[in-house]
Amino acid sequence: MKRTIPLIITFIIGIIVLSSEFIPHKPFSSVNESLENWFLVISGFAILLGQLSLLRVNTFKVTEKAENWQYYLAGLISFAIMLLCGIFWGTQDAAGLLGNGDKIISSLGTKPFEYLFVNVYQHLSATMFALLAFFIASAAYRAFIVRSFESTLLMIAAVVVMLGRTSVGTTMTAWLPQHLKFLHLPNIADFIMNYPNNAAQRAILISAALGIVGSSLRILLGIERSYLGGKD
Amino acid sequence: MKKALLALVTCLYFVSLFCLASLHPGFENGQQFVVKDHPSDNGTAVDLYWEPIEGVIQNEQLQIPPGSSFRSLIIERKDSLDLWQKIEISNEALLSGKFTDNDNIVPDLPVSYRMIRIDETREGEQVEQILYATVTPSAQWFNFRKLPLLIMLLMLSIAVIYYIMAARQGKELFIRKINGLESMDEAVGRATEKGKPILFVPGIGDLDDIQTIAGLTILSQLAFKAATYNAELIVPVSKSMVLSTAREVVKEAYLKAGRHDAFKKDNIFYLTDDQFGYVAGIDGIMIREQPAANFFLGTFYAESLILAETGFGTGAMQTAGTAQPHQLPFFVVSCDYTLIGEELFAASAYLSKEPNQLGSLKGQDFGKLFIVLMIIFGSILEIAGYHWFKIFLMMG
Repeated sequence: MKRTIPLIITFIIGIIVLSSEFIPHKPFSSVNESLENWFLVISGFAILLGQLSLLRVNTFKVTEKAENWQYYLAGLISFAIMLLCGIFWGTQDAAGLLGNGDKIISSLGTKPFEYLFVNVYQHLSATMFALLAFFIASAAYRAFIVRSFESTLLMIAAVVVMLGRTSVGTTMTAWLPQHLKFLHLPNIADFIMNYPNNAAQRAILISAALGIVGSSLRILLGIERSYLGGKD
Repeated sequence: MKKALLALVTCLYFVSLFCLASLHPGFENGQQFVVKDHPSDNGTAVDLYWEPIEGVIQNEQLQIPPGSSFRSLIIERKDSLDLWQKIEISNEALLSGKFTDNDNIVPDLPVSYRMIRIDETREGEQVEQILYATVTPSAQWFNFRKLPLLIMLLMLSIAVIYYIMAARQGKELFIRKINGLESMDEAVGRATEKGKPILFVPGIGDLDDIQTIAGLTILSQLAFKAATYNAELIVPVSKSMVLSTAREVVKEAYLKAGRHDAFKKDNIFYLTDDQFGYVAGIDGIMIREQPAANFFLGTFYAESLILAETGFGTGAMQTAGTAQPHQLPFFVVSCDYTLIGEELFAASAYLSKEPNQLGSLKGQDFGKLFIVLMIIFGSILEIAGYHWFKIFLMMG
């Protein structure tokens, strides 16, 4: 029963959602919207589970003085500060238990929650994102090492596209006459991006779409049960 | 087989002709203004047709050729107070002779329109022609625009079910080797030997994303192997719904392996919903815990390379998989094995080795063959100058 009831619910809901794609008449036309709303409501409650897990795991590490426990403490303190700022003085649009905190706004220029969000959180987030630039450089270096025929092709294509996307590439081939326009680096770069690259991406998308259909069918028919923890 | 293919093509041809015919305005008995219920919708749109106007658009202005009598065209709709309200129509729509009104149309309530066309005679006299039309829009029981999708879905479903039944009857099915999945044993063995944990990252998608579900089905197999070999498994998640599902999946896998005592609830934990906060958390785990193997299976966006490169830096054996084509190159560069597109969705079936599931994979292969044949067939028709097949497929 523990598996059978979820499987029946999955099958019925799956068929209804699938039908709503092809039947614009009520009640099918509004089913998707209703189910999305249900999902949002359940997600809202589930957030509490996540927060509890976060608190539990971090508190355990701190109380047990696990290795690097200071980091977990920092996480807990940050969590508590943001939570309290939100509860007492509210967020951007909503007032908190102590109102909007006009005195604090006069000194900080904004609510404490907003202040921390803009001046701490956004900068930390941007810092992590900025790391991508360095990682792209190191990954590109490894990818372009010429080891085989394929990697040589990859490197040539990458160099052409990179040059074609910059003013250097345009300048390098600007002297070519008009009837050899197709040899201009920007045009070759466009060709590589529009045809071989696009074709490969579409092939991946088509195969992924097929995989999604196959996977969904397995779930609908109850053949795939791993997401429920396996078979009875 | 040949007969079936021929019958299919013939059916597609006639169905496409029927659908094309249903999309045309169909002016009858000298009508100049036709209003019709928008086909295949939920009754909240109305199509208006009139004789297309000759002209071109230059610098976003409508240019009427010299000698033409046309001066202006206004379309109005009667509101709830029986007053005529003008409808804003773009120059492109004026030239095409078609406009779809979907502004506050209520199903099963009649809507009245009038078209005022002003022309100029050779003598310079302005002639105003007012035409009226009324229609009652209604919701349809089938969206004909999605017919191609339904046909393909049905064919694929039939193929999948056919191969599942064939597999059940004991038919031998060849499934090509997927190296990324074969490596799972190696990864678990390595983690056991080194006494280091295995890190599984299900991506930043929520439970309504099929990639996350595909990742969780692989997690189930991985957790079973980890439990069997007594390797530690760490699963940081970014969505609360995924947390409860992942916990249940891992717990069941440990139970199945007979190692429920080894299951650690707190090893599957929530980090944050924030994309880069999640990355920072996982990077920290990778640096501190130095996992022997990392699995990145699910939905990934800009964080893919940061995760994969950090894992590469720690020397972990890495397997990644996603259906996001833009993230695949990053994984290919930084990971030992990458599951590309459909391989992610095939993983659970492949690992389970169950005939039912393997049959569904064979069905997917049939789908690929069918699409390749359709691409070739469509290309030939287009080159030959027959466009009905393309129009049929693009109806949706």
